[in-house]
Amino acid sequence: MTERPDSTVQNFDELAEVLEKYGKVPGSLITILQKTQDIYGYLSLDAINYIALKTGIKPAKIYGVATFYTQFRLKPIGKNLIMLCQGTACHVNGSKIIEEAITEHLSIQDGETTEDGLFTLNNVACLGCCSLAPVMMVKNSDGDETYGNLTKDTVRKALDEIRERG
Amino acid sequence: MRVVVGQGSCGIATGAKKTAAEFEKLIAERNLEGIEVSLTGCVGTCYLEPIVDVYDDHGQMTRYTKVLPDKVSEIIENHLINGKVFGDLAITDQDTSFIDKQMRIVLRNCGTINPEIIDEYIATGGYEATKKVVTSMTQEEVIEEIKESGLRGRGGAGFPTWFKWDAARKSPETPKYMVCNADEGDPGAFMDRSVLEGDPHSLIEGMIIGGYAMGASEGVIYVRAEYPLAIHRLEKAMDQARERGFLGKNLFGTNFSFDLRIKAGAGAFVCGEETALIASLEGERGMPRLKPPFPAQKGYWQKPTNINNVETFANVAWIILNGGKAFGAMGTKLSKGTKVFALAGKIKKGGLIEVPMGLPLRDVIYGIGDGIKNDKAFKAVQMGGPSGGCIPAELIDTPVDYENINKTGAIVGSGGMIVMDEDTCMVDMARYFLDFTRKESCGKCTYCRVGTKRMLEILERITIGEGKDGDIELLQELAYKIKDGSMCGLGQTAPNPVLTTIKYFRNEYEDHIYNKKCTARACKELLTYTINDHCTGCTLCARKCPVNAITGELKGQHVIDQALCIKCGKCEEVCRFGAVDRV
Repeated sequence: MTERPDSTVQNFDELAEVLEKYGKVPGSLITILQKTQDIYGYLSLDAINYIALKTGIKPAKIYGVATFYTQFRLKPIGKNLIMLCQGTACHVNGSKIIEEAITEHLSIQDGETTEDGLFTLNNVACLGCCSLAPVMMVKNSDGDETYGNLTKDTVRKALDEIRERG
Repeated sequence: MRVVVGQGSCGIATGAKKTAAEFEKLIAERNLEGIEVSLTGCVGTCYLEPIVDVYDDHGQMTRYTKVLPDKVSEIIENHLINGKVFGDLAITDQDTSFIDKQMRIVLRNCGTINPEIIDEYIATGGYEATKKVVTSMTQEEVIEEIKESGLRGRGGAGFPTWFKWDAARKSPETPKYMVCNADEGDPGAFMDRSVLEGDPHSLIEGMIIGGYAMGASEGVIYVRAEYPLAIHRLEKAMDQARERGFLGKNLFGTNFSFDLRIKAGAGAFVCGEETALIASLEGERGMPRLKPPFPAQKGYWQKPTNINNVETFANVAWIILNGGKAFGAMGTKLSKGTKVFALAGKIKKGGLIEVPMGLPLRDVIYGIGDGIKNDKAFKAVQMGGPSGGCIPAELIDTPVDYENINKTGAIVGSGGMIVMDEDTCMVDMARYFLDFTRKESCGKCTYCRVGTKRMLEILERITIGEGKDGDIELLQELAYKIKDGSMCGLGQTAPNPVLTTIKYFRNEYEDHIYNKKCTARACKELLTYTINDHCTGCTLCARKCPVNAITGELKGQHVIDQALCIKCGKCEEVCRFGAVDRV
């Protein structure tokens, strides 16, 4: 792993506090990565290197853990994170059609972010609102909102409303 | 008077928080005194959310359903001010029967108590079982009681709970750990979340009692990070339990100490496997290892560890208070007690239900779930998620217990029940689950890592009309090799969805392969769109078609050029006259 500076994240003060608390507790790597992602929105290479430096865990191992679990992102995300449920109930009730509508409407595929940085689309395994299938959850700095019983029309409308709010 | 708004995750998803806020706002605006607005967990009737219960001063409850914020003022006007039930939204007798037909032990408090207030749990007899155990029972007596109940692990495998506790108890090394697997990963199951959100103390109590029985003084709850509300309520419950002395040092003045902490999982289905979960608890990649040694001998930090799931623990306090015999009296000879199921898919009344083991599938799907959405034909029910299988309509009288469901090739699993109708393609379902297990395979065993990918490729080929003679046999061969060549439950069960669909719906596979036809009309590439004589020649479809495959004069019959058609379905979507056929 290179020591390439990352222009978006340079200040690790908040992360230092996390490492102060968990750095020496055995078995805390996942917790540390979760807190790091909470702070910066994703795990940058710099953050991984910083954690490695402070904990003595090898960067390769941290990278291995970070890529093993679906929760961790190595790239920044847009302002609104669309979590489109692909659970069994949603699949049976047409989540693929909803995905098509979103990818068409925003011109992004699963895992991508729109050019204006407003939306990131993530397919997720199950949101646990099976009786509202198909479902998506949109997460942003205001919290999260769930949209259920989606159709192609309602999903487009919901996205347009979010876009208008900016 | 008390207004209780159901606020589990599904309630909140339908807007329950806004409903509760509206009640608070309007009650304050009108200066109504003596009315408390409270919350509760999921009552299970997800299809009726948001649900509001109004309790009068005598404790009499009136339940309102689908209470969106704009309906709140009418309930306040009619019921809270004038004391009259607001009939428009009051629950119907038929919907009440959704709950009355159940037998609720695990869900005994879900949807009735406020999970954020420990006193409400205590008022239902909460922590009495813990007191009884730590002050008057030996470890052996607790295990004996659980043995008599016949309780089996509710996470999937159905292993006898007492046996695991006893093995951990007999393990000489210390310290010992009690772990709760709350990493509900099966897509389509949400019972553990409901218990965590609706009745967290029942889990805590189960863990204390189990910890006492095996001799552990520390417990860890491994919860999915995707369940933030569950984590929040669990933390609150643990704090309150600590304040009352139910967690911590010297419980009830005895020598027994026990405390809990939460560890948030990071999203990996394979962590449902015990040894993978332990690796994850230790901050590693969640990869399983060979057993033996079993976790009861060498688990978390190489110390004796016992792992049960949320639903298993939620039964424990009830068993201690009511006796193992009472629990064992429910269910069947080998599958005792009740089981919670998440009923979803193409079902009229979806939700969370708890029934005695051994109830026929028909009673669940038609008796409680009220049958299939839009009265379509019932085709199959998927049980056990990615490790389970599809049970066809002709086996609808199968009793739901471990043994009988296993015989069909599916498993009870954690209790997901996804109902499918005539529009669900079984080959596509098999492809869906294989896609899931391929992504979730940890990669340790070659058969699971590569084999699931190869199976998925074959299934994908079949669903786009490129299936070949011999594909079914190849799938079966691979399936058995993967089962034999995988170390953990994920790989050993991953082929089940394919094997059961081949067993019961072989004709669908053959239709796809030989006739290039999907009878459920779900596989896009195998469809043909045509325009029938309902066409009025409005030209809308021709204008909307992204590849200009539709031609026709204004007010004249339109035609789709099959060579150009990309089967996107846009024409069918926009047509207002039902003139587009999909075959």
